[in-house]
Amino acid sequence: MVATEFTPAASAIGGALIGVAAVLLMLFGGRIAGISGIVGRLLPPYRDGGVARAAAFVLGLITAPILYTWVTQSPVAQTVSDNMVLMAAGGLLVGVGAALSGGCTSGHGVCGLSRLSPRSLVATLTFMATGFATVFVLRHVIGG
Amino acid sequence: MSIFVHAIAGLIFGIGLVISGMANPAKVQNFLDIAGLWDPSLAFVMGAAVIVTFLGYRLAFARGAPVLEDKFHLPTATAIDARLVIGAGLFGIGWGLAGYCPGPALTALSLLAPGTLVFLVAMLAGLAAVRLLGSRA
Repeated sequence: MVATEFTPAASAIGGALIGVAAVLLMLFGGRIAGISGIVGRLLPPYRDGGVARAAAFVLGLITAPILYTWVTQSPVAQTVSDNMVLMAAGGLLVGVGAALSGGCTSGHGVCGLSRLSPRSLVATLTFMATGFATVFVLRHVIGG
Repeated sequence: MSIFVHAIAGLIFGIGLVISGMANPAKVQNFLDIAGLWDPSLAFVMGAAVIVTFLGYRLAFARGAPVLEDKFHLPTATAIDARLVIGAGLFGIGWGLAGYCPGPALTALSLLAPGTLVFLVAMLAGLAAVRLLGSRA
C-alpha cells in the first residue's frame, strides 16, 4: 500500500480533458468514448468495422504518457502491483465484466451517466460497490 | 479525417488520465479504500468528466447529426438484466484487485510496468472470450 496525495485540481482538469475527448468523438464521429468497446473493435469477431479508427484512438492513448513526459520533463508517477496472479485475475475480470455489461468506467461511467442512461447508472453503482468491497477485503480482511 | 479525430481524441483522453493521476493504479485503489489510505481524487475526475461530457453532448446532439457521419451511433441496449449487473460486478472486482480499468491500463502501456502488461493480456483475453462466445450463441 502506497499513500497518494489528494489532487482535486489536477484530477478535475484531467477529468475535464477526458470529457473533451468524449465530446469530440460524439461531435465528429457520433460515437460513445467507451474504451472497452473501442478495444473490442480491435478483437475478433470483426462485425462492425471501424478497426482503423479504434487503432488510431488506442495509439493516441498509448502516446499520451510519452508526450506528457516529453513536454513536462517529469515522469508519470505510478505504483503497479508486482503480484502477477493478482494482475492477471484483475485483467481477466475487467475484460469479461466489461464485455458482459457492455461498458467500463468510460462507457458506462462517463458517457452513460452523461446521457442519463439508467442502465449505465446501475452498472456504475454496481462496479463502484464491488470495487469498494474488493479493496476492503484485499487490504483490511486478507492483507491486514 | 475520422481516423485523425480518433487519434487526437485518444491522445487528449490519455493526457487527461495522466494529469488526473488515474494512470496510477495505487491512486485508484486508494479511492476505493475509504477505510484506509482514502484519496478522493477519482470523484473529481469522474465529476469533471461527466459535467463536460453532459454539456458537450447537448451541443453535439443539438446539431442533429455528427460532423463526419450521417447519424449518431448511440447504444441501443436499455435492459437492466442479470448480464449487466453480473458483468459490472465482476468488472468492479477486477478493478479493485488491480487498480486498473481499460483506459488507464492501455495508457500506461508505454510505461512498461510488468503488472500492466500482464493485466492487459488477461483483459484482452477476457474481452475476446466473451465476444467469441457471445457471437456463437
